[in-house]
Amino acid sequence: MAEAVTAGESAPRSSLLAAPEGRRARQVLGERILLGLLAASSVVAILTTIGIALSLLFETLRFLDAVPLFDFLFGLNWSPQIAIREDQVGSSGAFGVVPLLVGTGLIAAVAMTVAGPLGLFSAIYLAEYASPRARSFAKPILEILAGIPTVVYGFFAVLVVAPFVRDSSEAAGFEVSSESALAAGVVMGVMIVPIVSSIADDVISAVPQSLREGAYGLGATKSETVRNIVLPAALPGIGGALLLGVSRAIGETMIVVMAAGLSAQLTVNPLQAVTTITVQMVTLLTGDQEFDSPKTLAAFALGLLLFIATLILNLIALMLVRRYQERYD
Amino acid sequence: MDMSPSTIRPKLTARGVNVFYGDAQALNQVDLDIRAHEVTALIGPSGCGKSTFLRCLNRMNDLIEICRVDGDIRLDGEDIYDPAVNLVYLRARIGMVFQKPNPFPKPIYDNVAYGPKIHGLARSRAEMDEIVASSLERAGLWDEVKDRLDAPATGLSGGQQQRLCIARAIAVRPEVILMDEPCSSLDPIATARIEALMDELRQNFTIVIVTHSMQQAARVSQRTAFFHLGDLVEVGDTDTVFTQPVDPRTESYISGRIG
Amino acid sequence: MTDPRQSPTETILASLPRRRRAEARFHFYGIAAIGIALGFLILLIGAIGHQGIGAFSQTEIALDVTLDESVLDPSGTRDPETLSTANYRAVVRAALGEIFPEAVRKRRDRRKLTALVSIGAGFELRELVLADPGLIGRTMRVWVPADDEVDMLFKGVTVRDSGRFTEKQLGWLDRLEAEGRIRSAFNWRFFSNGDSREPELAGILGAMSGSFFALVTCLALSFPLGVMAAIYLEEFAPRNRWTDLVEININNLAAVPSIVFGLLGLAVFLGFMGLARSAPLVGGMVLALMTLPTIIIVTRASLHAVPPSIREAAIGLGASRMQAMLHHTLPLATPGIMTGTIIGMARALGELAPLIMIGMVAFIVDVPQGLLDPASALPVQVYIWADSPERAFAEKTAAAIIVLLAFLVVMNLTAVILRRRFERRW
Repeated sequence: MAEAVTAGESAPRSSLLAAPEGRRARQVLGERILLGLLAASSVVAILTTIGIALSLLFETLRFLDAVPLFDFLFGLNWSPQIAIREDQVGSSGAFGVVPLLVGTGLIAAVAMTVAGPLGLFSAIYLAEYASPRARSFAKPILEILAGIPTVVYGFFAVLVVAPFVRDSSEAAGFEVSSESALAAGVVMGVMIVPIVSSIADDVISAVPQSLREGAYGLGATKSETVRNIVLPAALPGIGGALLLGVSRAIGETMIVVMAAGLSAQLTVNPLQAVTTITVQMVTLLTGDQEFDSPKTLAAFALGLLLFIATLILNLIALMLVRRYQERYD
Repeated sequence: MDMSPSTIRPKLTARGVNVFYGDAQALNQVDLDIRAHEVTALIGPSGCGKSTFLRCLNRMNDLIEICRVDGDIRLDGEDIYDPAVNLVYLRARIGMVFQKPNPFPKPIYDNVAYGPKIHGLARSRAEMDEIVASSLERAGLWDEVKDRLDAPATGLSGGQQQRLCIARAIAVRPEVILMDEPCSSLDPIATARIEALMDELRQNFTIVIVTHSMQQAARVSQRTAFFHLGDLVEVGDTDTVFTQPVDPRTESYISGRIG
Repeated sequence: MTDPRQSPTETILASLPRRRRAEARFHFYGIAAIGIALGFLILLIGAIGHQGIGAFSQTEIALDVTLDESVLDPSGTRDPETLSTANYRAVVRAALGEIFPEAVRKRRDRRKLTALVSIGAGFELRELVLADPGLIGRTMRVWVPADDEVDMLFKGVTVRDSGRFTEKQLGWLDRLEAEGRIRSAFNWRFFSNGDSREPELAGILGAMSGSFFALVTCLALSFPLGVMAAIYLEEFAPRNRWTDLVEININNLAAVPSIVFGLLGLAVFLGFMGLARSAPLVGGMVLALMTLPTIIIVTRASLHAVPPSIREAAIGLGASRMQAMLHHTLPLATPGIMTGTIIGMARALGELAPLIMIGMVAFIVDVPQGLLDPASALPVQVYIWADSPERAFAEKTAAAIIVLLAFLVVMNLTAVILRRRFERRW
């Protein structure tokens, strides 16, 4: 650079359009290469998605060679153990996914019953009511909950919540199995609270102050302002936050593996043991089995279902949150 | 400083009002009376404290955490900064229209009905319809929106939105309406409509308006108060302030040398 | 224009008490929500702390062992091969026989007696002798670990008449205690051993080193890739359909269930590329794919937070866009990137589901020494122990969780300190 300046003083000025030479040329080349590397890195994320989609799809198609799609999607009976027995060749076994969907839905419903109100009210409190001091106390609590590994929640569900649910419902005269959808769902709900509350907090805080002032100026109380003006304005974003919570609930694995049980029952009674898509994926893939057995392939088919379901939920949720943010930007 | 005849009892009185944002003082010992059924204009260069003073009158400054107000402000002789004062009640009696139109993202009808609804002012749907219609009428918006009361308020033009905000404020039937530069984001035609409206509204309401347009102050107000750097420099009948200002600073501002 | 209706003030005044109550109720809901979250957190930490604290101590029994040359090294060569395969159990049994001469006469009694001491006692004697063969022939007092059932009894987890001990065994234990041969000592084995079928010998060193290798792999892959991708997307990429797609894809990838990444690893890294099952290398690769979106998102946010005026100032001086980024934007964004990366690593450390998918749930005794050795990881260890029937593993599970949480706390605190220290407001 220094040369160029002194050269410019005495020698005739080079044209602005001249091709770069020497050091400058090497620099341009180096930057081109670096830019190429940067661009290539950004493709890795796309490749990951494509890799997920292709590997799930490929193995699922092989699974569907053994089990008809209709039996898989609408079958009411899930007992994959039968299918791996040698003498059962020709039998498709029982790979009906309906009990798993019902179980997954049941646990997600319990989880959202906990996470929805807790997350929303936490967010409202943080965004509208908390003083800076209260906020600096309350926010870390939620962040810690968000940082606890799910295996820890799972152990806690087994250690404390499941016995508590069992004892208290037995005391109330209900029949409970030792592993219940309720215990797993409640713990999962607490795990999801920070996901809902942090997005809802952002969304509520983004509602323009002028709307609040408009309501206060009419003599609305704080809760009237929040309920009638702020929340309706923030509704799409809050919907997005709840959908991301649901997506998280159906994809959550360890809590249900440890606390929900393995029996594929068709029930909507939260005191019963149910099983979920993720639990069955883990069960199918642990223990020794061949890579190509229908059991292994079934795990991929379940994975594809899970991937599609969460993909749809996530896309809708992200779209809602983003469109909402654009409205008030 | 107040040269008003002592026979008229003021609606609002402010005595020794100081406002601080953190350590910075925004208003310095302001004494001002606001008379009923008049339009009082607060004028002055940007940052002079006129909006700050306006927001003291319905305690909107309470929403700003670092803001501290001391002094004495009375509505009909009652101290509005008394800790026992209910803010909801205060703000129902002293309404406000903001600088930027801020309709709620709801239908037009719901915007106007919101205040009466939370305060329980209508006992029936018919009564509410009546309140909404008369408020929109008074705000001069009825003819433009009567056929689309269910349309979202955010679809109205800027001038219509601001008149909707005025309708929203008067639907609660406050005694005082505070207007914080209500025309600053509007075009001249919309501004003219709102100015005409103000003159009509003062029959029923006491109006305090902050404006940075001296022409507007001269057109709409009966009394004018001039603020400069946190001080209330001069207050008097609008004609007097604009033609024979007492303070040299007022004269400089009016003749365009400061501000 | 006069108003026919009455003044509204009466109506408003009448509505105030009801509205004040509604206000208080609403405010209370918010505090209650936070309170429930806090209560749950305290309960969780309390329960796990209460359950796990016991695992950090271990009941030990003092034995006066005679390291008999005729048993350990009959040929007298002190050959390490001989010494490491010698019968140290016999030495332990002999030492027990010294204390309870009457018990060793019957075979059944002898077995019952030996059962009180962990089979790890023999291993620990072997380590002593291998470290110093000169000890052979000497008699010395050694504290050896008690069996896990004995440990549970002395920690008060099980009661005497639970049926786990015979009357005779209880009598022996009483005598050992009376003779001062029982103590509770800090359980260093928990930090220096790999996994074991015997709870009193099981430790988390193997899991910690497995986690370490997996995290190193994860960091080495996801950090450069993530930061580079973020730089491209934030600083250089044109705004068009394609980059929109990339952005949506990244946001979505961050919300894909972690177990799905495990399936990807199983299909591609194990099935297609044929890498070894249970290796921390594969675990790290899967975790890297999972962490990548997080790192891209935080890096973009940090780059975005650097005001464009700084970039423009550099470009105005004749720097290329690449130079402006390398010399100015990137250094200013570094604290934010570091913070985000640490938080991403903390999440990867606690992740378990994808590791199960690629077979990192095997029972592995040996501490892994490299990226390709079969290994478990901290959360895997928690999962395996939580599934084990022995009572003593419950406290090991909780203790492993405490260690895991301790690592997470350290990582997150580092992130918080970095943020506090270098946070810049523009």
